[in-house]
Amino acid sequence: MKVAVLCGGRSHERAVSLRSGARVEEALGQLGHEAVLIDTGPDASRLLKEGGFDVAFIALHGRGGEDGTVQSLLELIGIPYTGSRGGPSEAAFDKARAKRIFSAADVPTPKFLTLTQTALEEFGAADALDEARDAIGFPLVVKPSRGGSAMGVRFVNDERSLPRALISAMSYDREVVVERHVTGRELAVAVLGSGATESVAGTVRVLPAVEIVPRNADWFDYESRYEHGETEFTCPPQEMSAELLERVSDVARRALEALDCSGLARVDLLLDDAGTPWVLEVAPVPGLTSTSIVPLACEAAGTTFEAVIEELLADAVAQGAGTSA
Amino acid sequence: MRRTILDPYEDRYARRVFGMRSSVMRDLMAITQRPEVISLAGGLPDTGAFDREYLATLVADIARDSGAQALQYGPTEGTRAVIDVIVDVMRHEGMEPDPSNIIVTTGGQQVLDLFARTFVDPGDVVIAEGPTYPGVVPCFNAVQADVRHVPLDADGLDPAKVEALLDDLAREGLTAKYLYTIPTFQNPGGCTTTLERRIRLVELAAERDLIVLEDNPYSLLRFEGEPVPTLRSLDTHGRVAYLGTFSKIFSPGVRVGWVEAPTPILARLNLMKQAADLCSSTYMQMLVTSFFTADGGEAWKRWVSKLNVIYSERLDAMCEAIDEHFPPGTSYTKPEGGLFLWATLPTAIDTTDLLARALEKDVAFVPGAGAFLDGTGGNAMRLNYSAMTPDRIREGIRRIGETAHEVLDLARSLGLDDTGGRK
Repeated sequence: MKVAVLCGGRSHERAVSLRSGARVEEALGQLGHEAVLIDTGPDASRLLKEGGFDVAFIALHGRGGEDGTVQSLLELIGIPYTGSRGGPSEAAFDKARAKRIFSAADVPTPKFLTLTQTALEEFGAADALDEARDAIGFPLVVKPSRGGSAMGVRFVNDERSLPRALISAMSYDREVVVERHVTGRELAVAVLGSGATESVAGTVRVLPAVEIVPRNADWFDYESRYEHGETEFTCPPQEMSAELLERVSDVARRALEALDCSGLARVDLLLDDAGTPWVLEVAPVPGLTSTSIVPLACEAAGTTFEAVIEELLADAVAQGAGTSA
Repeated sequence: MRRTILDPYEDRYARRVFGMRSSVMRDLMAITQRPEVISLAGGLPDTGAFDREYLATLVADIARDSGAQALQYGPTEGTRAVIDVIVDVMRHEGMEPDPSNIIVTTGGQQVLDLFARTFVDPGDVVIAEGPTYPGVVPCFNAVQADVRHVPLDADGLDPAKVEALLDDLAREGLTAKYLYTIPTFQNPGGCTTTLERRIRLVELAAERDLIVLEDNPYSLLRFEGEPVPTLRSLDTHGRVAYLGTFSKIFSPGVRVGWVEAPTPILARLNLMKQAADLCSSTYMQMLVTSFFTADGGEAWKRWVSKLNVIYSERLDAMCEAIDEHFPPGTSYTKPEGGLFLWATLPTAIDTTDLLARALEKDVAFVPGAGAFLDGTGGNAMRLNYSAMTPDRIREGIRRIGETAHEVLDLARSLGLDDTGGRK
């Protein structure tokens, strides 16, 4: 097949996306496909239209790639694509929306509220920060609602540091999520959902959970994510009962189903001491760099990264056929 | 149960590689490669102004007249001809080097690497300016140096502060392996250490047996004011090693720089360079030689004069735009030359976060935090004026200013004043 690998772009995660794209291109080559890397810029539509592609592989992270934009564009041009459909992708990428969906579906997610720059500047929302503090409590985490790779994420231990954390997070998105800081073991679960059927339920395959233990930072920050050797990944997590692992898988599956995501997604969770897996977010286009979790989970599941890529392509083509029918 | 580590070779790497990290900032910079972005982040000389036909002639003449030599290995210390050129350039700046004390290197950057690897064991102290040249940071990290910063002010590096640091170190039972400084048109600070301070620094180096690595890439790019003597020219005790480069006065693409150092140090650096790359490019050394000997050694001086006219105009455009568009409370020192201006914004602004916003407006700069190893510099930025036309510079500065105002508005709406404190 002739495959357009969409990566790069102009989001803050451009650098990571270029690395994901290169990894996918390599895998496609090994599978015998013709891969064309597209740095997704102003000429992307023309290249897609003129390229004669059978399918597009979305390795575009962040805004434009995970928020439904490129998905809608591909539907417009009529090229089947990997991963979640536009709507679910958009919902997953927006943490505020996703967390509301989780809450409604009884998927455990840490208590949160959202705040926008507009509310602060136009409605004097600073006067309501006390209520926010009382509702969430310290320590808390401030995150850009739409953003990835932990950019702009700030931990806040006291009231004094809250305003600056809000300013930082709002640099990456004008809406932020203020979330209770759950302590526990950090887990990531790669989930493969087939979108070929009406509902993803029943066709979801959950890969073994990966535990993330950063070596230098006290959490999985940007540097830990993308530097070799900065983080220890254990798969499956050690000293975790089969029952607990099953619970984690179940919550990950339910998070994906609640969002109606398909293709390959990564669910980020924190497992607290009481054994509750809290879903932090679902990445609809997870990183596929050489330091990413997905390739590792594939291996632990007894399959290969290449086999999963092949599966995603087949599913994309099947879904594409479904759409046009 | 099994434990998997993503990098299968990880157990075999040296410890020092783990000190070298990627960063949010470096990856945000990936966006600046896009053509629509006005990048004030780089440090690129305007090589587009160099006469291409003339360059073609220089390159072709070497190929025709001395092709075999140009394609061959050369001595580790460099070709004799280019060393003679280096002596001329150093004389032009008021120094009298001994040609046998010079090694030609692969850009000035190689000197930073060779020096660090020659002098620093893990945990050894090195003194650097705060902010320091961002390109030296990986060299220090690679050897696991304990870098101590001496904060700069408008008059450059303050010897009294260096002395105080040496005293502090002595109390800790530590000795600094060397002091790294860019005294003229410092990168990224833009400041120049005054003559009075230079004289005292050289005295101090002699008194305290301190080795000084003087990095001097920019001093010939002077648009106004009088040249200040180099530390090397003031040093009579053999404490100053001197780093020079052709990157800014000719071309960074030729990768030709040099180090002039006391004989014993030079011997060690030579061994280290043999390990690194045997020798620098012979062809490029010959190209440098051709250009710097052309027209009786006058051609390159005319070129540098031309660059200074171009850069001076761009610097003026940048300063005017900053005055107009940056928020009150911004400070900067207008440099008399070089490639960079260092601006300090109101402390409510974190320039790494500001960059994330600015990139949405297709403009980039280097956040100040990248120039420190101790986490400071958060409200400062380095702005380059050599690589963009005056119009692009004005537009870029306007957009950064607009972004800074947005952040301050947001800070005010959160009850903070422009210093980031509570109103």
